[in-house]
Amino acid sequence: MADRSLRSRRNGNGKGPERYSAWGLLRKGLAQENWPRAWREVPLRDTYDAVIIGGGVHGLATAYYLAVNHGITNVAVVDKAYIGSGGSGRNTAIVRSNYLTPEGVAFYDRSLELYNSMASDLNINVMFSERGHLTLAHNDGAVRTMRWRAEVNKLQNIDSSVIGPDEIKKLVPSLDTTSDARYPIMGALYHPPGGIIRHDAVVWGYARAADHYGVEIHQKTEVLDILVEGGSGPDGKGPGGKVTGVRTSKGDISAPIVVNCTAGWASLIASMAGIKLPIHTRPLQAAVTEPVKVFLPAVVVSGSLHVYVSQTDRGELVFGAAVDPFNNYNIAGSLDFTEGLAGHILELMPGVSKMRLLRQWAGLCDMTPDYSPVMGFTPVEGFLCDVGWGTYGFKAGPVSGETMAECIATNQTPKLIAPFALDRFPEGTLVGEKGAASVGH
Amino acid sequence: MLIVPCPHCGPRNSSDLRYVGESHSRPDPNTATPEQWRDYLYMEDNPADWLKETWYCRSGCRRYFTLERHTGSNEFRNPPIPGNKKGTKA
Repeated sequence: MADRSLRSRRNGNGKGPERYSAWGLLRKGLAQENWPRAWREVPLRDTYDAVIIGGGVHGLATAYYLAVNHGITNVAVVDKAYIGSGGSGRNTAIVRSNYLTPEGVAFYDRSLELYNSMASDLNINVMFSERGHLTLAHNDGAVRTMRWRAEVNKLQNIDSSVIGPDEIKKLVPSLDTTSDARYPIMGALYHPPGGIIRHDAVVWGYARAADHYGVEIHQKTEVLDILVEGGSGPDGKGPGGKVTGVRTSKGDISAPIVVNCTAGWASLIASMAGIKLPIHTRPLQAAVTEPVKVFLPAVVVSGSLHVYVSQTDRGELVFGAAVDPFNNYNIAGSLDFTEGLAGHILELMPGVSKMRLLRQWAGLCDMTPDYSPVMGFTPVEGFLCDVGWGTYGFKAGPVSGETMAECIATNQTPKLIAPFALDRFPEGTLVGEKGAASVGH
Repeated sequence: MLIVPCPHCGPRNSSDLRYVGESHSRPDPNTATPEQWRDYLYMEDNPADWLKETWYCRSGCRRYFTLERHTGSNEFRNPPIPGNKKGTKA
């Protein structure tokens, strides 16, 4: 299943949604024709084979792979707002696979593979820019962690190595690599296949392709309750129960499979089914500057300073920080963040001191104790989770969709996501992914 | 910027404190089953609502205390007032 390219499947199918191409753009521009809707808006029906809660990259990718890889098309994706309005549209669009644990590396590498072929698979310009990814080390401990990560990566054939200040300066001249910097750069983990991608296009591409195969996308449809029978809880919910459907703001739906892909809101949805998750919700703040000429050729990350920087194709610098230090569902910004971020950026790149921040935003992160997701089956039959994505959800979108779809279609946990099962917590087999963003070194 | 009402030091910037997390009662280690213990260690309510949580005033009185905060509005319910012996406890 996993090896067959989606493209060949699509060509075998014969038809796709209208092809986007330069010629099409020119023709439509000259003829002043309207573009067809990228996905349909249809009334909500009262029964589906599967309901996916959350119309972000995870939910839509799951729906897409269910349809394409497994032929399950009677699926509804419901979102309380518009698609891509949560983490999928708020992340800093960085993709990479240089994680620390072998489980993590294998998983994210498959995701990177899917991202690589996404533009042709989904026929949408995702603007994937494989520009290289540098994780800076400012002390001996961090250099040691970088070496550890590089060796784990090399064993799994990931292009990843530790480089010194001279090479870093050659790659990214704007970095202050002198030894008298406030946080001297002692080395970096260099990961050439890492890069950035246009995150909205990823969401829209999955939505358009899933819709083409018959998946229904219902925006502005809030899930109010999950209908469970036979559970051990007082209201018949909880472990041992079986999902019968969901109650939404547009009516009840009956479905044997309900998938929770709601990131920051995961605990709230899971509690509707009587399930407790090892998750706390924290906002992660990000910011973008005014556009300038291209000067930053790679993605630069510093785990110790909790910043990551990349320059978009429009020339803006996109900054991300660490998650806020306390649980919060509020995505308002805070002055500490802007101040700390600006200070750390200037410590790394003194040359950008005259640049102005254009805007700031935050997204909700569903953090787990071991910086690894919670995927697959739960103690409630038919209720699956693809949550706990914290600060690393976007880069895992495609592979999560692929493996969750396999999980639903085959009723078995695929090997790739077996380490991320919810029962690792009662069993005490945590993954401990210290290669995740927002983990300080 | 979150201003946390420390019961001993008064209102302080949240960067002066450490957030410990949700307050749960600790099961008795002598009698708790591994499941109960791990439930206590890892599982969280994570409500978008009022939450009882533990803070540690690391740059001030260096004491642990429990406060009740709304995770949507960041408002503290019945914030304690230092020196107020009768005090309203969270």
